[in-house]
Amino acid sequence: MGEREEVKLLGTWYSPVVARAKIALRLKSIDYDYFEEDLFGSKSELLLKSNPVHKKVPVLIHNNRAVVESLNIVEYIDETWNSSRPSILPFYPHDRAIARFWSAFVDDKWFPTLIATTITKSENAKAKGMEEVGEGLLLLEDAFISISKGKRFFGGEVIGFMDICLGSFLVIVKARENLKGENILDKSKTPSLCKWANEFLSDDTVKNVVPEIDRVVKFMREFEAETQTRAS
Amino acid sequence: MNQEEQVQLLGLWGSPFSKRVEMVLKLKGIPYEYIEEDVYVQKSPMLLKLNPIHRKVPVLVHQGKSIAESLVIVEYIEDTWKTSYPILPHDPYERSMARFWAKYVDDKVMLTLWKACLGPESEREKMVEEAYEGLKCLEKELGDKQFFGGETIGFIDIAADFIAYWFGIAQEASGVMIMTGEKFPKLQRWSENFVGNSIIKEVLPPKQKLLALFKAQFGNDPSK
Repeated sequence: MGEREEVKLLGTWYSPVVARAKIALRLKSIDYDYFEEDLFGSKSELLLKSNPVHKKVPVLIHNNRAVVESLNIVEYIDETWNSSRPSILPFYPHDRAIARFWSAFVDDKWFPTLIATTITKSENAKAKGMEEVGEGLLLLEDAFISISKGKRFFGGEVIGFMDICLGSFLVIVKARENLKGENILDKSKTPSLCKWANEFLSDDTVKNVVPEIDRVVKFMREFEAETQTRAS
Repeated sequence: MNQEEQVQLLGLWGSPFSKRVEMVLKLKGIPYEYIEEDVYVQKSPMLLKLNPIHRKVPVLVHQGKSIAESLVIVEYIEDTWKTSYPILPHDPYERSMARFWAKYVDDKVMLTLWKACLGPESEREKMVEEAYEGLKCLEKELGDKQFFGGETIGFIDIAADFIAYWFGIAQEASGVMIMTGEKFPKLQRWSENFVGNSIIKEVLPPKQKLLALFKAQFGNDPSK
């Protein structure tokens, strides 16, 4: 170590995928400058320049090069600061493949299904969506049991890639449960995941990094009111 | 080779996803047993056991364990057989860019290209516009390089196999012309380099067979 490398993170306080980058940086004890972006107002010059294709957060800027997409950023952090423990991706290729498979499942199937249930106006579609969300959680419960092998996290004793991927959505899930009186993470159906969720949210690398549930509830309430006003 | 080392690939002859894995196996010189799965007719018990979540091909089996999702499999192969023919760059930043563009191809470009040819009329104009945007981005990213990977075929090239080969045939079958040599000269040149590569050539499904398949699909009701 020695020289201070310039690391910047562009993000928003409420974004779960920005939290992924923060957790990874925290795990590796990397100092960085954080810049809050106002995505509802106007995007900063720096954001538009560093992520011209998608214009989204998070963006990690290291040595003046921009890395985009949250899981890419996590892998980049792991590969660049590879001498700092802990390792975020698992060691064995097959375990890495399993982590990538499940993170793709969460990002490409499970979470979009959950989001769709908030947007849809059809009660039918919403019910069907929530059913799929529940089924997905059952699959993730099995995956957790098989991957964690009795340890606290998907990554073992320490938070790893899959923990970061799924765990980053926990605050939104809990905020949603709060706001809508729903029971998404059900102790009777997915007891291991529920236990894991508590372990994750109370971990030192996560605790002060993810937004507070109450703040997210308030944000969701305001956002919903805003979109309904615009729609009517 | 002992049983433990044996690599098996469950695939589909016409699938660009399945072929991604075959291309990488061949580029790295890894011997494998290929098992054809006719997923549209009947999924075999083996497939259902090895990929119970998505029930799709490709699935790679190695050392008694199975891996699904084409790009996850490609990364697995890269992680396991490190010494031959690197598919991903060495530098972490370059790797993150390769992963970014591969995902861009998968998430943004492939689906819009397909829907532009095959999708319902009501969506088609929007899909064609989005397809142009996607291809323009890729044209810019490719620049004057021979391949997205530079001088050799890499992760992005493999991910974009559909664009290099399948899409041209889909255009011929549907009559929709989006990717032309005039509009996308760099992508055109890249496609020719890609399909002309001696190893890739061996792996690609026969054109006439694909053309017949697409014509049949486009001829029917365009709901997937």
